[in-house]
Amino acid sequence: MNNIFVYCEVTEERSIADVSLELLSKGRKLADDLKVKLEAVVLGHKVTKPEAMLFPFGVDVIHYADDEKLFPYTTLPHTSIIIEIFKKELPEIVLFGATSIGRDLAPRVASALRCGLTADCTSLEIGDHFENKTQTEYKNLLFQIRPAFGGNIIATIINPETRPQMATVREGVMKKEVYSLKYKGKLIKIDARSILKDEDFAVTIIERHLEKSRIDIKNAQVIIAGGYGVGSKENFQLLFDLAEILGAQVGASRAAVDAGFADHERQVGQTGVTVRPKLYIACGISGAVQHRAGMDQSAQIISINTDLNAPINQIADYTILGNVADVIPKMIKYYKKNSK
Amino acid sequence: MRFRIIVLAKQVPDTRNVGKDAMKADGTVNRAALSAIFNPEDLHALEQALSIKDKIRYAEVILLTMGPTRAAEIIREALYRGADQGFLITDRKFAGSDTLATSYALSLAVKKLAPYHLVISGRQAIDGDTAQVGPQTAEKLGIPQITYAEEILSLDAKKIIVKRRLERGVEVVNSTLPALITVHSSAPPCRQRIGKLLMKYKHARTVTELQNETKDYTELYTERPYLLIEEWSAEDLKAAGENLGLSGSPTKVKKIENVVFQHKESKVLSNSDKDIEKLMQTLISSHIIG
Repeated sequence: MNNIFVYCEVTEERSIADVSLELLSKGRKLADDLKVKLEAVVLGHKVTKPEAMLFPFGVDVIHYADDEKLFPYTTLPHTSIIIEIFKKELPEIVLFGATSIGRDLAPRVASALRCGLTADCTSLEIGDHFENKTQTEYKNLLFQIRPAFGGNIIATIINPETRPQMATVREGVMKKEVYSLKYKGKLIKIDARSILKDEDFAVTIIERHLEKSRIDIKNAQVIIAGGYGVGSKENFQLLFDLAEILGAQVGASRAAVDAGFADHERQVGQTGVTVRPKLYIACGISGAVQHRAGMDQSAQIISINTDLNAPINQIADYTILGNVADVIPKMIKYYKKNSK
Repeated sequence: MRFRIIVLAKQVPDTRNVGKDAMKADGTVNRAALSAIFNPEDLHALEQALSIKDKIRYAEVILLTMGPTRAAEIIREALYRGADQGFLITDRKFAGSDTLATSYALSLAVKKLAPYHLVISGRQAIDGDTAQVGPQTAEKLGIPQITYAEEILSLDAKKIIVKRRLERGVEVVNSTLPALITVHSSAPPCRQRIGKLLMKYKHARTVTELQNETKDYTELYTERPYLLIEEWSAEDLKAAGENLGLSGSPTKVKKIENVVFQHKESKVLSNSDKDIEKLMQTLISSHIIG
C-alpha cells in the first residue's frame, strides 16, 4: 500500500500551521495502522527549519519546494505542484486542513485527480467495507466521518475505487502529539520552476491585510454563546454584558451568525471554531450536532433555553428553563451580589 | 459582445429550521418536512452579479441550477430579482451526484453558455457545507478561482480585482477573465424582488412544469418565449455516463446515523431568582467563575 500525505500550511511567521501538525499526528497513527510511511508536502519560501519542525511528528519524507513564488499562497501554483507530486507518488490518503487555504486547494486538486474528497471530517478511521451490490470486499479504507444535513445526521463516507482518499479537517479537531523527538526522515527538494507555467500566475495578490482575529474565542476560559433563540441583536448585547463582568468571550451558533446577531468570527461549531472552555453558557442554542462538535468538550455547560427538549440540554450540566432576556440580567445581579 | 455572468445556485432544504418532524421514525431525514430555499450564499452571489449589471449596461446575468423540477423555483426567484435568464439541469441520471459529479455537470452547462466572462456562486451550500463545487467547477473549466469573495473592487473585459475574506484578514487579488468566484456570506445580501419583474416572470415555467398545468398556456408562451425556462438533460449536455450521478461520484456514503446524544446528568433549574442565585454561588465557590 502507498503512503499517507499531509499538505502542510505555511504560516505568516513561515512556520508550519498548528492544524497541519495536528493532521501529521493523526496521519502518523493511520500510517502505523496501515504500516505505511507518512509524508509531508511543504510549499513556501524560506520556511523555518522544516526538518526540525516536522520529523518529531513521525514524518518519513518531506517534499519541500522553496520558491518565492509559492509564498504567500495562491491556488494555481500550489495545485500544479501537488498534482505533479501526487501523480508520481500515488498517495493512498491525503489530509488537508479545513482552512481558507485547504478548502480552496483540496477541491481543485481532487477535481484534477478525479478522486473523492470529504470536507470537515470530525473523525477518521481505518476499516473494511463489503459492497453488497458487487460482492466486493475493500480492505483498509479510510472512513471519513462528518456531520451533514445541518447536523441531523452523521455520515461515514468512503472512496472504494479511487485514490488518493482525501479529507479536510478543521483546526482543533485532531490532537497535536509529538511522535518521537529522535525521529528522522529525509527531505526531498522540489524544483518549483520546472513545474510551474505562466498560466499558473493568472491570479496575483495586490494587497494583504492580515489582522489577528480580533475576537479570540478559542482560548477563552469562559464563553457565553448565543443562538437564534436569543431573538435579536439587542438581546445579544446582554450576552456581552455578562461576558464583560465574567471576563468571558461571546460566541455564537451558526444560526445566530446567519441571522446577523453576531460576527462570523464568533461562530462556534463544525464550520466555526472548536472551543474547550472551563464554562460554556449556551443561550437560546438548540444544539445541532455541528454546534456541539465545536463545544462538547467544555468542562461545564449551562444551557438557557425555553425548550426542555432542546438537544443541547442533553449535554448540559445545568439547564435553566427560561428566556435569555430574563435569565441573564439575574445572572449578572447574583454574580455581583455573591462575588464580593 | 455582451458581458456574460453565470450564477451557479442550488435549492437546498432549510436545514437551519429543523423541526421535530424533520427526522422519520427510521432515522432518515424527512425532506418533505423541510422547506426548500435558495441557498443563502448563492443569493449573495446573485447580488454580486446583479450589481455588476447595474454598472455595466451590456452585462447579462444567467442563473444555472441543477436539481429536480422543483428547483425551477429558484430560477424564478432570480428572475424576480433581476436575472435575465435561467437554465435548469435536470435528469434522473444526475441523482446521487457528489461534488465531483456535480461540478462535471455544471461545467458542461457553463461551457454550453460560452463565451462567458464570469462564473459566480456562493461559497458553500447549507445542506452539505463542503465548499467544494466552486473550485471543482473552476478546475473542470480550466479557469482560475477566487474563493471567499467579499467585494468586487473593479472589473473590465479582461480582468477583475476582488477582495477576499480569509480567516485572519483580507486579501485583494487580481485575476484574468474568465474566472470563477465564490462569494462569502460577509458580502452584501441580495436585493429584494422587484414588483415589475415579479409581474413579468410570474408565469415562467419549465416544460415539465407546464405539462402539469391544467390550463393551456401554449399561446402565452409563443407570444412571450422568455417565460419558458429551458431544461437541460444529460444528453443535452453530451455528458459521459460514467462521469454522472452515482457512477461519477468517487465518494460513497457507507453509513448514515442519527445523531446520538451523549447523556449526562443534567440538572434542570427554573428561572426563579432563588435557582439562579444558587447556581451563581455554586459556580463561584467551585472557582469556575469569579
